[in-house]
Amino acid sequence: MSHPKSDVLVVDNLDVIFALHEAEVRAVNDLSFRLSEGETLAVVGESGSGKSQAFLAIMGLLAKNGRATGKAVLGGVDLLSLSTAGLNQHRGKDIAMIFQDPMTSLNPALRIRSQLSEVLVRHRGFTPEAAFKEVIAMLERVGIPEAARRANAYPHELSGGMRQRVMIAMALLCRPRVLIADEPTTALDVTVQAQMLDLFKSLSTDFGTAMLLITHDLGVVAGVADRMMVMYAGRAVETGPVDDLFYDPRHPYTLGLLTSTPHIDKRQSRLTPITGAPPNLEHLPDGCAFGPRCAFRFDRCSLDRPPLGEFAPGRRKACFYPKPLIGEEDAA
Amino acid sequence: MLTDRRIGNLAHPAPAPIEEASAPEKGRSLWMDAARRFRRNRAALVSLAMLILIVLFTFVGPLLARWDIETIDWTVVGSVLTKGMPSFETGHYFGTDEVGRDLYSRVIQGTQVSLTVGIVGSVIAVIVGTFYGAVAGYFGGRLDSVMMRFVDILYSIPYMFILILLLIIFGRSFIMLFVGIGLISWLGMARVVRGQTMALKNREFVEAAIAGGAKPLTVVFRHIVPNLLGVVAVYATLLIPEMILLESFISFLGLGVQEPNTSLGALISEGAQTMQYGTIWQLAFPLIFFVLLLFSFFFVGDGLRDALDPKDR
Amino acid sequence: MSNEPGIQRGDELLRVEKLSKSFMIGGGLFRKPVELKALQDISFSVRAGETLGIVGESGCGKSTLGRCILQLIRAEEGQVLWLGRDLGKLAGEDLRLLRGDLQVIFQDPLASLNPRMTVGEIIAEPLRALRPDLDAAERRERVLSMMSGMGLRPEMINRYPHEFSGGQAQRIGIARALITGPKLIVCDEPVSALDVSIQAQILNLLSEIRDRMGLTLIFISHNLSVVRHVSDRILVLYLGRIVELADSDALYDSPQHPYTRALLTAVPVPDPKKARQRNIDGLTGEIPSPINQPSGCTFRTRCRFAEDRCGKVRPALETLPDGRLVACHRWRELELAGGA
Repeated sequence: MSHPKSDVLVVDNLDVIFALHEAEVRAVNDLSFRLSEGETLAVVGESGSGKSQAFLAIMGLLAKNGRATGKAVLGGVDLLSLSTAGLNQHRGKDIAMIFQDPMTSLNPALRIRSQLSEVLVRHRGFTPEAAFKEVIAMLERVGIPEAARRANAYPHELSGGMRQRVMIAMALLCRPRVLIADEPTTALDVTVQAQMLDLFKSLSTDFGTAMLLITHDLGVVAGVADRMMVMYAGRAVETGPVDDLFYDPRHPYTLGLLTSTPHIDKRQSRLTPITGAPPNLEHLPDGCAFGPRCAFRFDRCSLDRPPLGEFAPGRRKACFYPKPLIGEEDAA
Repeated sequence: MLTDRRIGNLAHPAPAPIEEASAPEKGRSLWMDAARRFRRNRAALVSLAMLILIVLFTFVGPLLARWDIETIDWTVVGSVLTKGMPSFETGHYFGTDEVGRDLYSRVIQGTQVSLTVGIVGSVIAVIVGTFYGAVAGYFGGRLDSVMMRFVDILYSIPYMFILILLLIIFGRSFIMLFVGIGLISWLGMARVVRGQTMALKNREFVEAAIAGGAKPLTVVFRHIVPNLLGVVAVYATLLIPEMILLESFISFLGLGVQEPNTSLGALISEGAQTMQYGTIWQLAFPLIFFVLLLFSFFFVGDGLRDALDPKDR
Repeated sequence: MSNEPGIQRGDELLRVEKLSKSFMIGGGLFRKPVELKALQDISFSVRAGETLGIVGESGCGKSTLGRCILQLIRAEEGQVLWLGRDLGKLAGEDLRLLRGDLQVIFQDPLASLNPRMTVGEIIAEPLRALRPDLDAAERRERVLSMMSGMGLRPEMINRYPHEFSGGQAQRIGIARALITGPKLIVCDEPVSALDVSIQAQILNLLSEIRDRMGLTLIFISHNLSVVRHVSDRILVLYLGRIVELADSDALYDSPQHPYTRALLTAVPVPDPKKARQRNIDGLTGEIPSPINQPSGCTFRTRCRFAEDRCGKVRPALETLPDGRLVACHRWRELELAGGA
């Protein structure tokens, strides 16, 4: 799976810190990854893992009490070093983000066509007429029937699935090199979600857009992503090609997520959950943050923190346990 | 902001099926949280301190007074401008009023009256308004329609007119003043509480209480009302200055409390009339107390609202 | 709470007969309210000891159905028979005293706990209401033993809901539902708001208490994987009507209704190889508004097998030879292959 493609987004040592009243909380800790052209990287984690905050930071959308350090280089520019004005030149144009709830990013007082044309006029210097044509074409592309008519609608007149399509159309209008999708299908019904995932798959091949798919749903990851990055308590704990992580997970947390997820095509009498609950970011345990919940831990885990190291080409894990977690016969 | 409610109160579990938490065993109620947030609000704290000082002053102040509220100091009569000035020698710390009565005692008494009116009005609003609004909102349907139309009707009557009529017909007295203010103060509260109740009654914890076999009135008073108290507290605090203003307005019209009793409104009214003669202290002292009182209540109310705001949770 | 000795595993505990519920929405002084038909003509029964899953997408009426069974919402037509008694006809004290037998677990664990009460008070609440014979000490004792059964430490008894994580809060909700020793629990999306790893803990806990206490569950969810995991039989709702009701395995292996099949194939499988091979029976369009429902079969607007009569005649709920129920004109002709 690892073809030598050029990297569009390189993130190095990203830290995101929130100042709370009593203390500082490190929501993202020393996160580094690269995203290649046209690839879909799934970022998987539970609430509090920092998966959303990391990308809000890259987009310059952190809450007031948050700050980010490190580097996020897109096309030779470090996004984290830019001012808001500088960032606005890239946001929407080179890097776009869509959210779980499309209503939060659509202006309820504007017709769909006005909101979408505006992006083209601003970023790509289209005339209003040309912009409108392009908008209709894009709306059709993302599967909105009767696009010319729907373009005149206001956001609240559309269903949830349609709104999400509009958001995707808006994000793609400027042909961004990177599209960040934060739980894009979580609020949708299963049958609509299936349509949306199909759309995502075709988008990366048609537009060559690299996609960062932030999700908690391993089913979505399996269907869409090329590579995945599992996050726990603010850190990446395992990265690699999707198939490798699903069939041969090397971090016990990745394994735990897999065994916790019920499958529709198997009837299991009991799931194998991860015991305990995610840690408090203000008081992380010493050593490995996952240690207290880990079935594979040994002495060293509570003393040192395992670094995220490459153990096979294209695969990294932050775990001291040396052997595969699934026996060869189970892996098949 | 971290979107995770876990932050601040979780867990370092051992790999056992039991979830453990390392927070203190004594629960931290939402009220305690609110109190903590309130303590961080400087303006509200200063205002609260100011309020406490004013209340204390109305109790301690009279002990230092050398004159009572009605005795006329004949030595200053006729030359109030020169002899009735604020002075320690004469014992009139705040000067005297136009007829030679001690303004210090009268300001204290006026403050007491104004505070009482505000607090009584607010307490009536809390008791009647909360009960009325919660019942109307929770049971809904026809009962709600009838109860709220009644509120609308009361609202639509020009209350100032009614109050003035009441005071004229039954004479000016404390009781009538309280009755009049009590009649109108709860209307707004009832509406606010009803709205909140309607929002709360569809919350899952209320459904859970019903499913758990709670009787209707238990649901209202055990599950809904305690969750309303934040809003009620804020509204009640902001209602106090409103009531004080209302009373002042009535007193300003000359229909408030009866002489020799007085209130801040009445004192300000008198002070304003005599201002042209140069006895500015007759306006200044009651006005200072009045403004301090109002500001403090508004800031405390604001602080409470910020502290109890559910969005902050 | 009186454990009627007569009830055996497999006996009919609850029977829903021709239940319909609509809501009037909007409407003001000069506007007529519009009718939203949330549930129409729902009939099924639940046997003691089984778990009935109810699935469907948003707006299908699954939560309304759960609330109608519990009489939190009163249906205007039809009956909910609990051991032969029509709950819809009971009111006031009669209904209240029965509530110990029928309990509920909600979706949002924190929203379902009164934020002003301590955990101990919350769990004891049904006992206060339904067991006036118990004094405070006895209540506390029962609460503590229930808490330990749910994996909650006794020291937590004086703490408030907002101090707990979602998983712990749901354990508190389950403890409250169990404290009166109910026979039936309606679980309304009990794990949808939880993280995956916690979700598995709660699902296991639910299965475990069901087996240990011989409980009957009605398990409402939009997540078909979760429903399959816990249910013996599954009822599929679409726009307020039953489209299929079958044994869990039969339903997943050979769905008879085109909607069931579409729903099953749309569920993302957490297995990359299978995900690549799967052919999704893609539904076009979205669920119609429950206010303006299509004529005839309500699913026909999205069904690729729809023909003329589907728009004219509403398909009746037929009983198939294997005992399942299907509402489709064409089930006989269509060879619908299994789920994934």
